[in-house]
Amino acid sequence: MSEILRIENLHKSFGDLEVLKGIDLTVQSGETVVLLGSSGSGKSTMLRCLNFMETPTEGKIHLNGELIGTERGGRMRYREAELCALRARIGMVFQHFNLFPHMTVLENVMEGQVIVLGRAKPEAQDKAMAQLDRVGLAEKATEYPARLSGGQKQRVAIARALAMDPEVMLFDEVTSALDPELVGEVLKTIRQLAEDGMTMLCVTHELGFAYHVANRVLFLHEGTILEQGEPQSILKAPATDRMSEFLEGHSLFKLPD
Amino acid sequence: MAHNWDFATILQNWPVLWVGIKGTVFIFVITVVLGLGGGLIVGVARYSKSPFVSWPARAFVEVFRNTPVLVQIIWFYYAFPILTGIETDPFLAAVLGISLNTMAFSAEIYRAGIQSISRAQWEAGKAIGMSYNQTLRRIILPVAVKRVLPALTNRGIEVFKMSTLASVVGYVETLNQAKLISDLNFNPIESYTAVAVIFFVVLYPVVQGTYVLERMLRKGD
Amino acid sequence: MEWNFLAVLRDFDLLMLGLLNTLKVTGLALLFGVPLGLALALSRLSTFRILSGIAGFIVEFFRTTPPLVQLFWFFFALPILIDVRMTPLIAAVVTFSIQSSAFFAEIFRGGILSIDKGQWEGAKAIGMTYGQCQRRIILPQAIKRMIPAFMERSIELLKTTTLVSTVAYTDLMFQANELAQKTFRPLEVYTIVAAIYFVLIFLFSQFSIAVEHRLAKSGEGTVR
Repeated sequence: MSEILRIENLHKSFGDLEVLKGIDLTVQSGETVVLLGSSGSGKSTMLRCLNFMETPTEGKIHLNGELIGTERGGRMRYREAELCALRARIGMVFQHFNLFPHMTVLENVMEGQVIVLGRAKPEAQDKAMAQLDRVGLAEKATEYPARLSGGQKQRVAIARALAMDPEVMLFDEVTSALDPELVGEVLKTIRQLAEDGMTMLCVTHELGFAYHVANRVLFLHEGTILEQGEPQSILKAPATDRMSEFLEGHSLFKLPD
Repeated sequence: MAHNWDFATILQNWPVLWVGIKGTVFIFVITVVLGLGGGLIVGVARYSKSPFVSWPARAFVEVFRNTPVLVQIIWFYYAFPILTGIETDPFLAAVLGISLNTMAFSAEIYRAGIQSISRAQWEAGKAIGMSYNQTLRRIILPVAVKRVLPALTNRGIEVFKMSTLASVVGYVETLNQAKLISDLNFNPIESYTAVAVIFFVVLYPVVQGTYVLERMLRKGD
Repeated sequence: MEWNFLAVLRDFDLLMLGLLNTLKVTGLALLFGVPLGLALALSRLSTFRILSGIAGFIVEFFRTTPPLVQLFWFFFALPILIDVRMTPLIAAVVTFSIQSSAFFAEIFRGGILSIDKGQWEGAKAIGMTYGQCQRRIILPQAIKRMIPAFMERSIELLKTTTLVSTVAYTDLMFQANELAQKTFRPLEVYTIVAAIYFVLIFLFSQFSIAVEHRLAKSGEGTVR
């Protein structure tokens, strides 16, 4: 295993509100890291800082050993072109799918490949079909997103991200907007990715998923990582009261004995 | 390129321009009251269940919305007297054209406002024994008019700008007087710039006001 | 009094020539006004303060001053200021292009702002630049929503072009004035001209209503 993502002293403030108060984290290639925490703990913000959907206020991010941005006058500076190139290397899947409604499923998955990576259309199409097949939706290629169920939309969104050949995948509460009966198909797809060796960071409330799929669980509270460890130990025997309370709040999930 | 801006001639001719400004304000007040007031009647008529009321209202709206207001003013100035034997001076022709045009546009605004009120409000009125007219007057219209206030204000702004068209048939208003000053002093740049600035200075705060109004109403709903 | 349309009908080709010129001015103003409106909208949405300030001022200025004043300014004042030969057609096209661009800018801006923030995020997350997002993802969706407002504004533009008759451009209104003087039949001339405008604009608006219904059926929201 090799280091793929390293975060040092990550801070993020919105105006006066400091959401992230110094996060340090190293992720190994092929790892699945699950971020837990109550709302307002900063877990989504942390994820969004990793591909610069939000610009960190302070701190350094390294992808595959290279530092993102340049340091000048004690502050990190980022060029927009550099960030675009970075985002193309990191896949992100959102709570509300964010598929492009004016494009077919296939066009959605081809768009980034053609426009951002500059791939030839036939190649992009082959790649798109392969990824759609991987998430089990090859037969929906010519449909528009409006005709799909929530679970199908989310799987298309995953295929869209995968088609860019990302080095890391970020999942931001991807099952929170789904009807309960559709959650399973999406989680199954993500689990398959984990087994294929994809490096992933997932913000989720699905403790069962965390328990079975994650290599490591982080518990965020008020902008810092309060606890982390292997799911089998940390979910069963949390060290802090905060995390115990959090787990009790999600009592729907019964841990296996 | 190097034009010597000289607004002194405008200031010297201020009394001439002032006559025009008074003319603008006068025709604006009359047309905006007639237009927005009459529009309410046409709008309610347009909503009526009786075809004998709603169809003439609809025809009126279509005719005056689908022809240019300048054509209407000129028609009232040159054609209307021949048809009816009623002499129209520039003022009357412009008032007729602008008011009727505004009535047609604002009628559609009122109608949309009335339609936006839920059926439940009508039923609530009925349930406490109110007649159709009572419900309309006491329950529906107060809410509807409040809701369309921004759209009505925008219409009012249009009416203010439209008043310049009265100059085409020779009514004495701001633009007409500016043309006079320009012809006498050979200073079209300063004259027309002055008119543009006058309109901008009056309307810009009003437009900003409508934004505030829209935000307030959205919050209140 | 008696209606007599014969005199008017004899010179009907004059009116048709005017109608053609009316459509020409409208078309040219749209041709320049729409792209200019898009540029103004994008500038106004820019995070670059000075640019958005200037664009905002242009939009508000041309929305709050009467089109007839603008036309007179471009026709009588501008040639002195920059020493160009101004024809009624050029003055009309310049005026109505800029004037309608101010209104189109607000339609564009409303359309762009109406698109869900998630669309920006989805596009950004696959590495698209601001320009690529705007061109490939946001504008195609926004423009579809803008169509009804866009058509309504085009109809307003068509009506406003009657003002060019005051600077002696031979549009339908101007031809009507000429014909009324020539035939001494203002009642018939102006009634017919009003009818021509009515038919033209009525057909346009019916068409625009039909399009709006189709868009509404296909589940697309619209902006005003």
